[in-house]
Amino acid sequence: MSDQNTSPRTEWPLWEIFIRGQHGMSHRHVGSLHAPDAEMAIKNARDVYTRRNEGVSIWVVEAEKITASSPSDKGPMYEPSQSKVYRHPTFFDIPDDVGAM
Amino acid sequence: MYAQMVKSENTDNGPELDAFQVRIDAGEKIEPKDWMPAGYRKTLIRQISQHAHSEIVGQLPEGNWITRAPTLERKAILLAKVQDEAGHGLYLYCAAETLGVSRDELTEMLLDGRMKYSSIFNYPTLTWADIGAIGWLVDGAAIMNQVPLQRTSYGPYARAMVRICKEESFHQRQGYDIMMKMAQGSDAQKRMAQDALNRYWYPSLMMFGPSDKESVHSAQSMKWRIKINSNDELRQKFVDQTVPQAEYLGLTVPDDNLRLNPETGHYEFSEPDWSEFFEVLNGNGPCNKERLEARNKAWDDGQWVRDGMMAHARKKAARAAASQVAAE
Repeated sequence: MSDQNTSPRTEWPLWEIFIRGQHGMSHRHVGSLHAPDAEMAIKNARDVYTRRNEGVSIWVVEAEKITASSPSDKGPMYEPSQSKVYRHPTFFDIPDDVGAM
Repeated sequence: MYAQMVKSENTDNGPELDAFQVRIDAGEKIEPKDWMPAGYRKTLIRQISQHAHSEIVGQLPEGNWITRAPTLERKAILLAKVQDEAGHGLYLYCAAETLGVSRDELTEMLLDGRMKYSSIFNYPTLTWADIGAIGWLVDGAAIMNQVPLQRTSYGPYARAMVRICKEESFHQRQGYDIMMKMAQGSDAQKRMAQDALNRYWYPSLMMFGPSDKESVHSAQSMKWRIKINSNDELRQKFVDQTVPQAEYLGLTVPDDNLRLNPETGHYEFSEPDWSEFFEVLNGNGPCNKERLEARNKAWDDGQWVRDGMMAHARKKAARAAASQVAAE
């Protein structure tokens, strides 16, 4: 690909935006936006997603850099954890007399 | 509504379609990478983009009054509201993009008239009271439609709606606040408020679109849960809610047939002039030309900024890569 841009219509890359709502919480995906680079993506994210104090920290990730699991894998991917019910504390009956556990 | 007369497409059938319908009926959300019928995807792209375009074009009638707002506080509030409209457009564009359409394609389809935006934004804002009427009536009508859409079947659309609804309530209240001030003001101010209501009442009723009781498109969209209520249902709800608000202001809804039916508890009211609605939708409203010209001008005038910023980003990335190589 040459640097000479014959088509002037070059869309800015898409960025996925993650925001930490308050101190002590994890970042959460809130949406996406277009920006020429990471720095501008953060500035735009501030305007688009935190107009009402929604966040204390912003992460931006270029959308094409994200690898996602495929929805069709849903069954085989998560089935093993479903069949292992003993991984949950409620699997075990503990007598009331024992107290909080 | 913000998405009016959206034609729905039904193209697929077979076991996949049945399984898809089962998921929808069970209230499951459909996510971008999930299988979906081509018609569902197409209809959603059309509906979400039309809604996004409406938010963007909707900035124009209100932007008209930013420089002339009566006080600094009103100006700051209006600026915040218009900024929200841009934000709502962006939330919705990003939801539409998850369906496999690019932002530039969507923008171009708005600019060359292939895609529509709501009829309501083709009416002019002649006085400051119009800004009040838009917040109260137009945003009020939008809320009627958007609140149920928070439960729509497509995940990204539903999530965009949740954000929008949170902010929309500020819009309606700021509009009603302007109307209260005007209605309690001088005789000239009261007349101005009444005039704004007179001009915006029927266009607001048109926002819900014509009666769709027998529309096949509506039936399909409802089956897919991308439309939750019928146009008539929402319009009735809007009238029932708005008439007492007009009475509180001491203003008169411009409809001689308006009356509360004590048996049903609902208001009876006159239909808007649907031929006007179709004229506006077909590009012949009072401001269609002006609105599209303004959007085209903004897009064309901004081209060098978009290109320049992209060029700068590329140059910076290339320099960073080069200095990394040099350091190694």
